[in-house]
Amino acid sequence: MSLPRFTLHRLWAIVLKEFIQMKRDRVTFVMMVGIPLMQLMMFGFAINSDPRHLPTALRLGDQGPFTRTLVQALRTSDYFSIIHETSSESDAQRLLQIGDAQFVINIPEDFSRKLLRGERPTVLIEADASDPAATGPALASINALANTIFNRDLPGPLTRLRAKNGPVDFRIHAHYNPENITQYNVVPGLMGVVLTMTMVIITALAITRERERGTMENLLATPVRPFEVMVGKILPYIAVGYIQVTLILIAARFIFHVPMVGSLPLLYAVAFLFIAANLAVGITFSTLAKNQLQAVQMAFFFFLPSILLSGFMFPFRGMPPWAQNVGSCLPNTHFLRIVRGILLKGNGLAEIAPELWPLLAFLVVAMAIGVKRYRQTLD
Amino acid sequence: MAAIEKELAIDVTGVTKRFGDKTVVDAINLSVRRGEIYGFLGPNGSGKTTFIRMLCGLLTPDAGSGTCLGFDVRTQQAEIKRHVGYMTQKFSYYEDLSIRENLDFIARIYAVPDRAAAVQRSLERLGLTHRSHQLAGQLSGGWKQRLALAACLIHEPKLLLLDEPTAGVDPKARREFWDEIHQLAAGGLTVLITTHYMDEAERCHRLAYLAYGHLLTRGTLADVLATAKLTTWRVTGPDLLNLAATLRRQSGVEQVVAFGNTLHVSGRDPARLSTVITTLRDPRHDWQPIASGLEDVFISLMDEAKDNFS
Ligand SMILES: Nc1ncnc2c1ncn2[C@@H]1O[C@H](COP(=O)(O)OP(=O)(O)O)[C@@H](O)[C@H]1O
Ligand SMILES: [Mg+2]
Repeated sequence: MSLPRFTLHRLWAIVLKEFIQMKRDRVTFVMMVGIPLMQLMMFGFAINSDPRHLPTALRLGDQGPFTRTLVQALRTSDYFSIIHETSSESDAQRLLQIGDAQFVINIPEDFSRKLLRGERPTVLIEADASDPAATGPALASINALANTIFNRDLPGPLTRLRAKNGPVDFRIHAHYNPENITQYNVVPGLMGVVLTMTMVIITALAITRERERGTMENLLATPVRPFEVMVGKILPYIAVGYIQVTLILIAARFIFHVPMVGSLPLLYAVAFLFIAANLAVGITFSTLAKNQLQAVQMAFFFFLPSILLSGFMFPFRGMPPWAQNVGSCLPNTHFLRIVRGILLKGNGLAEIAPELWPLLAFLVVAMAIGVKRYRQTLD
Repeated sequence: MAAIEKELAIDVTGVTKRFGDKTVVDAINLSVRRGEIYGFLGPNGSGKTTFIRMLCGLLTPDAGSGTCLGFDVRTQQAEIKRHVGYMTQKFSYYEDLSIRENLDFIARIYAVPDRAAAVQRSLERLGLTHRSHQLAGQLSGGWKQRLALAACLIHEPKLLLLDEPTAGVDPKARREFWDEIHQLAAGGLTVLITTHYMDEAERCHRLAYLAYGHLLTRGTLADVLATAKLTTWRVTGPDLLNLAATLRRQSGVEQVVAFGNTLHVSGRDPARLSTVITTLRDPRHDWQPIASGLEDVFISLMDEAKDNFS
C-alpha cells in the first residue's frame, strides 16, 4: 500500500491552526475586515468625480435685473456655491490664490445693457484649474445654464436675443494649469504620497524590529536615552525623505515639465515639517505594534486615507463633508496644497500659512504620543 | 558597617515584581560580594530574568529597595546602566551588523575612550579577530555567545549580569567561557550568572536557588547541600525499572532517578526512607547511602516549593 500524500485530517489541522492564529492576531483581523470596508466607503461614497458646490466668488460690476437672474441661477445650481460677493478685483484674486475659491465669476459693468442690445456680453470665469478634474464638470454646466436662464427674461420681442450660441459669452480663464494637464496636478501631489508611504513604514519598522529581535532590551540596558534613540532613528530617514523630494522635483521638472513658479527653498523648508510629521506617526505605530507585520499593516491603514481622501487621487471638494473632515486631519492633505501652491501658483509663506499650522499641530500631537509611549524600561 | 557595604556589589532586600496579579519575584533579599561569581538557579519561569532586569534598571521593583554597585536600584538606574554589563538571555546584538560593527556600536554608546583600540583589544581577547567582518547573524551559538560577552565587557563594567549565557553552547566552549569568567572575577569583576547546568553551579563561589519567585536556598555549594537535609541511597542490581515504579508509590520517597545501571533514591525524612528500604529489601539489590547531589537538592526544593506556593 502506498503512503497517502494528502490527508484530510492534516489539512484540517492546518486550517484550524490558521484560524486560531488569525484569531490571536487582532491587527490582521481588523485589516482584513477594515480594508474592504474602507475601500467600499471611499470608492462607493466618498469619491465623486463630479464635484459640486464649488466655492465661488462673484465680482459684480453690474446690479441690473439680468445680473440678479444670473446670480440666482448660479445659487440654485448644484455646481457653484457663492461664498463671497465683492466689487474688488484684488479681493477676488486673493481668494483664488489661497484656494478659498475655486472660481471667480466676473460680471462686467455693462452686462445688462449689452445683453438688452444683443451684444453678447462677456462674462469672465477664472478657474483654479490646478486640479482639472475639479473644474471640468462645473465649467461644462455653465454654458448649458446660460442658454436657458434668460429665456424667461427675454420674452416676446426680445426673443431674438436668444441667440444661437446663447445670449452671454462665457470666457473661461483657467489659472495655474491653463492646459488642464493632469500631470501638473498629480506629480507635485505624488511627493506627499510617496513621503507618507515610505516615511511611516520605514520608522514603524525600524523600532518594531528592535523589539521583535530583542535588541531593544540590550539598547535599554545601555545608558542611551529614549530621545536619542528616537532622533537617531529619525535623522537618517529625514535624509532619505529629502532624496525622495529631490528625485520627484527633478522628474517633475525634466520629465513632466511641471511649471515651478514658487520658491524651492521654501518648499524644502516646509517638507521638513511634513517628513517629521510622518516619521512621528511611524514611531507612534512602532510603539503600538507587537511585530513588524503589524507595523506595516498600521502604516497601510494610515496610507490609504492619505492617498484617497487628501485630494491626491480625487478632487477634495468632490468629497462629502465627512470625508473632507477626515482628509483635513491628515498631513498629506495640507502638504499637497502647499506643494501645488508653491509650484503652480507661486505661493509664498503668507499664502501657505493656513496649511502650515495644521501640519505643525499634527507633528506635535504625533510626536507627543510617540515619545510618551516609548518606554525607557520594560515595565 | 559602611566598609562591609562597600564590599557588596549587589545588596537588595524585599525586591518584588508583579505582572498583573501574578507575583513573579517575591521579596527577594540578596547580597553579592565584589569579585564573587554568584550562581542563580531555578526552573524556567521562576523569575531569574525578571530579577536581573530589576538589578540593571530595566524594570522598576514594585516593592523592596537596595543598591547595585552602591547605586539605588529605584532612583539611580542611569548610573547603574553605565557600570553594569548585561548579557540578555536571547542574543540581542544586531544580526545584520558584523562583529566589529556591533562592538563599535556598543563602544560608541558607552563613549569608551580610544574606541578603535578598545574594540581591537576586545576582539583579540576573545579570539574574534579573524572573524571580525562576519555578520553576527551568521555565527554559531558559541561564537554569538563570545560576541555577546565581548560586547558587554567593552565598557569595562564592574558588575556582569549574565542570563543563561551558556544555553545551547557545546561543552568545550562552555569550559572556555567559564575559565574566562574566573579570570575576570580574579581581576575584581563581580559576576551574577544564571544557569541550568549543575557543573556550572558548582563552579560558582556562591549559589542561590529560585522557584516561583521565592529564594529557596543560598550559600556556598557545601552550605546548600548541608542545609538541604536530603538523604540519598544508591541501588544497584537487576530489574531496577520495577523497583523504581514500586519506590515511587511509597510515601517518604521523593525522588527516584535512574543513572545508567543504578537508581538514586532520595527523601527528606531519613527514618521513613530507611523503613521503606527495609520493607522492599531484596537480596539481589545492593543499597548504599551516598551524598545527595546538587540536582537532587534542587529538585527536592522545588517539589517542596510547589506544595507551598502554587
Ligand atoms: N513583561 C512581562 N509581562 C508579564 N509576565 C511576564 C513578563 N516577563 C516575565 N513574565 C512572567 O514572569 C515569570 C518569570 O519569568 P522570568 O523572569 O523570565 O523567569 P526565568 O528567567 O526564571 O525563566 C514567567 O511566568 C513569565 O511568564
Ligand atoms: Mg530567563
